[in-house]
Amino acid sequence: MCRIGAIKSRHYVHPSQALLLMQSQQKGHDNSGFAMVMQDLGGIFENYKHLPTLSLACTDEGLQITKAIMDARGFRLVHEWEPETNRQPGLDIQAMPHYVYQTFDYPDAYADASQEEKEQLLLDTRLELRRGMEEDCKGFAYSFWPDVITLKEIGDPRDIGTFFNIWEPDDQFTAKVITAQCRQNTNYAIVRYAAHPFFLQGYTALANGENTFYQKNKEFQQNLHRGYIGFESDSQCFLYTLHHTHRELGWPLSYYKHVITPLPFEDVVKREDQQQLLAMRQSLAHLEINGPNTIIGVLPDNTMFTCCDAKKLRPVVLGRDEDTVVLSSEVCGVNEILPNRNWETDMYPNEREIVVIDNNLEVQRWKQ
Amino acid sequence: METVKINDIACNDLPWKIQYHPERCTLCGSCIAACTFDAIGPKMERRRLTFTDSATPEPKTRFVAQPVIGQQNAIKNFCRGCGVCERVCPNNAISSSRNPDSRFNVVYATSTGTGPKRGGRNNLEVQSRTLDTLRVGRISQMTDPSLDAQRHTFDCLAPLGRILPAGTLPLNQTADGKLVQDGQTPPVRWIYPIIIGDMSIGALSWRMWEAVSMAVAYLNEECGLPVRMCSGEGGMPVRLLKSRYLKYMILQIASGHFGWNRIIQAMPHMIEDPAGVLIKIGQGAKPGDGGLLMAAKVAEHIQAIRGVPKADLLSPPNHQGLYSIEESVQKMFLSFNAAFKFRVPVAIKVAASATSVSVFNNLVRDPYNIVGGFFLDGIDGGTGAAHDISLDHTGHPAVSKLRDCYLAAVAQGRQGQIPLWAAGGLGKTGNLAADAFKMMCLGANGVFTGKLILQMAGCLGNDHGRCNACNTGLCPVGITTQQPVLVKRLDPERVAENIVNYFLAMDVELRKLMAPIGNSSLPIGRSDCLVSSDKAVADRLQVQYVC
Repeated sequence: MCRIGAIKSRHYVHPSQALLLMQSQQKGHDNSGFAMVMQDLGGIFENYKHLPTLSLACTDEGLQITKAIMDARGFRLVHEWEPETNRQPGLDIQAMPHYVYQTFDYPDAYADASQEEKEQLLLDTRLELRRGMEEDCKGFAYSFWPDVITLKEIGDPRDIGTFFNIWEPDDQFTAKVITAQCRQNTNYAIVRYAAHPFFLQGYTALANGENTFYQKNKEFQQNLHRGYIGFESDSQCFLYTLHHTHRELGWPLSYYKHVITPLPFEDVVKREDQQQLLAMRQSLAHLEINGPNTIIGVLPDNTMFTCCDAKKLRPVVLGRDEDTVVLSSEVCGVNEILPNRNWETDMYPNEREIVVIDNNLEVQRWKQ
Repeated sequence: METVKINDIACNDLPWKIQYHPERCTLCGSCIAACTFDAIGPKMERRRLTFTDSATPEPKTRFVAQPVIGQQNAIKNFCRGCGVCERVCPNNAISSSRNPDSRFNVVYATSTGTGPKRGGRNNLEVQSRTLDTLRVGRISQMTDPSLDAQRHTFDCLAPLGRILPAGTLPLNQTADGKLVQDGQTPPVRWIYPIIIGDMSIGALSWRMWEAVSMAVAYLNEECGLPVRMCSGEGGMPVRLLKSRYLKYMILQIASGHFGWNRIIQAMPHMIEDPAGVLIKIGQGAKPGDGGLLMAAKVAEHIQAIRGVPKADLLSPPNHQGLYSIEESVQKMFLSFNAAFKFRVPVAIKVAASATSVSVFNNLVRDPYNIVGGFFLDGIDGGTGAAHDISLDHTGHPAVSKLRDCYLAAVAQGRQGQIPLWAAGGLGKTGNLAADAFKMMCLGANGVFTGKLILQMAGCLGNDHGRCNACNTGLCPVGITTQQPVLVKRLDPERVAENIVNYFLAMDVELRKLMAPIGNSSLPIGRSDCLVSSDKAVADRLQVQYVC
């Protein structure tokens, strides 16, 4: 069983906090990897919030491919950061030669483009990069989006932290939203893309548990959108459903829960909005999930939420103080980050609610 | 010496032979009275009797004329092996046994100039079933927990009706972030995933049909299982059409339109909408053949319900006037949708065929979104009457074709838009829950069943040529006959009770399959949880091969 965690704060937070959050739950995961998505960036990225940043792990050849693709598309590099890596012997990490975070300005042709057009461009570019580097594992393009960076690697999270020098807090590499997981997707092949959190056009999702409706989710999603690819992990389906319902269909977040864990028929028929809920269930029957899962998600506006499967078969706890909200599979993770909080305000979300944290850190419980 | 009359019918030409034990027989006559086929009768035999009439054994022999029960050697009265004689004999003196050397198919045609007809089912290829090579092999264990079939709640309903893609739903967002529907969508009924398949009044005796209707009403009203029943092509009693129980019935129309005069006349008086309309294009047991009700079964009440004289009732093999899918969608489906003011789902039933996927594709792409269900009936389905040759030599199994249709939908991203319902030999081993579950994993939204319902009622027929006399009007158990004397053999209350009990048991068994895979809603399309011990089946159905 894996563990997931997320931090959302008024202040910029260093990823060492995410490592600590996950490390305290070490007995619950298998130390096979570390991955995180940072959103609402501070430090060296703070001045580039409006421009897309590419998160990349690649070989020399992958770097060349990337440059060729970005040049061909007309992106102009405005900022680049390659973390100093500590390649000392004995570390349990399957490191790539390069980890690159490049911020670009949009091509000239997009000077007057709408937000929507830019967002499609970013997705298409990332997909092209992914395809271009796929053969022989020349590289991995995790995200290409404004104000978002992604880091994923295979190995022991402690050693990965040492490798990237992220045990030591600083104010250069920070974000207000960090989601993290410490496990590779060991159900299937060990692939970097299979590590949570997953990211698509501003949406982030990570989950624990088993998606028993993986096959039907996958079969349905792969025809819905060009960005719904990979499926290296059964949990990617949660992200794609979020993206589809919230972005593509434009449905409010509250309906995400109705799609993935529809109310039982006997409950639906008692509701005033039964007509809509049944229509959704019918049309998106193949996006239902029916296994044990907790999902943490982040929306493009950095709203964070969590929800569980319909039987609450996976745990999650929310702890908070005035400046920070922490989501964690186990309460020890919250204790690590917020030891002095009021424990009585901790929340253990139930199977029929979405807990939403907005950008004022107001926590709302939406009953399904 | 008399010449051997080799061309006369002899009992070893016939498919069944009577086994008779005169020493046990008391000549009570029960068997003869019970045999609806007149396959046995009294006759006299000259028998040698050995006896002694002294205190010490001094065997003597004499010949006596003794009444016995004998088999009729007539092509009209051949024994069907139904075993009713054995059931009624108080002394185990008589039974029938299968004649492996039967010349029936040859002598029937040579004697009558026609091919044999029968009711029942495919009897030719019954050795193995695809579904029996499949097991639920993906069991939730460490990574996800199994559920508890007794304790957890399960959501076991299936859609009937056209389902729109989410992007086309007429939903609008209100100021407070709620979605409200502000337009018409096709009607969809969420019903129990096992429909009682289309068997008409006419094919069934009125008591049998009534028993099934009673069971359906009881399952809905008392047991909370929203089971639906399809009328079959033969109309319905007007009292039922005007009652609130109509909501449990799916009205069938086939190419003969039998019974629809009354249905249309009853429409202004209906206080409930029917559960659906099923347009029958084809039938798995005899694809390409229309319905057939032999004159022997067209009793007075059948003539009244259907509005026909006493004659063989043959539905044409296709709907006259419909020459293409586009036309049928526009004319027939639209008419029926309109007839009930677009409140009732209209579905299609076709025989599984090498062309099923084309038909399905055409329907799923129809721009009117009015086909609300694709009922696919396989070769192992039953029928009230058909030519042997159709039953045995035409048709297509349902399993792979259902899978093909589902995968065709998957390839287009249209899975679920036209719910798939499958039938044809499901529950043949007696366990419908297992078959239904496996079909759902392969992509069916639900299944429908007919023959098994008859088994629940006491049908003695089987897939090895036993009885299968539904076409004759001489059903020995009163299920498929219109003769009052025979119909009275059936106790409708008991039949209804049997059906209700079976459904209740099946409902528990469905949960016993859903629980181990950790699902509380139906596993439509979850082929990942099936494994097959047959490589060819595994490859064909795209499930995991195991050994």
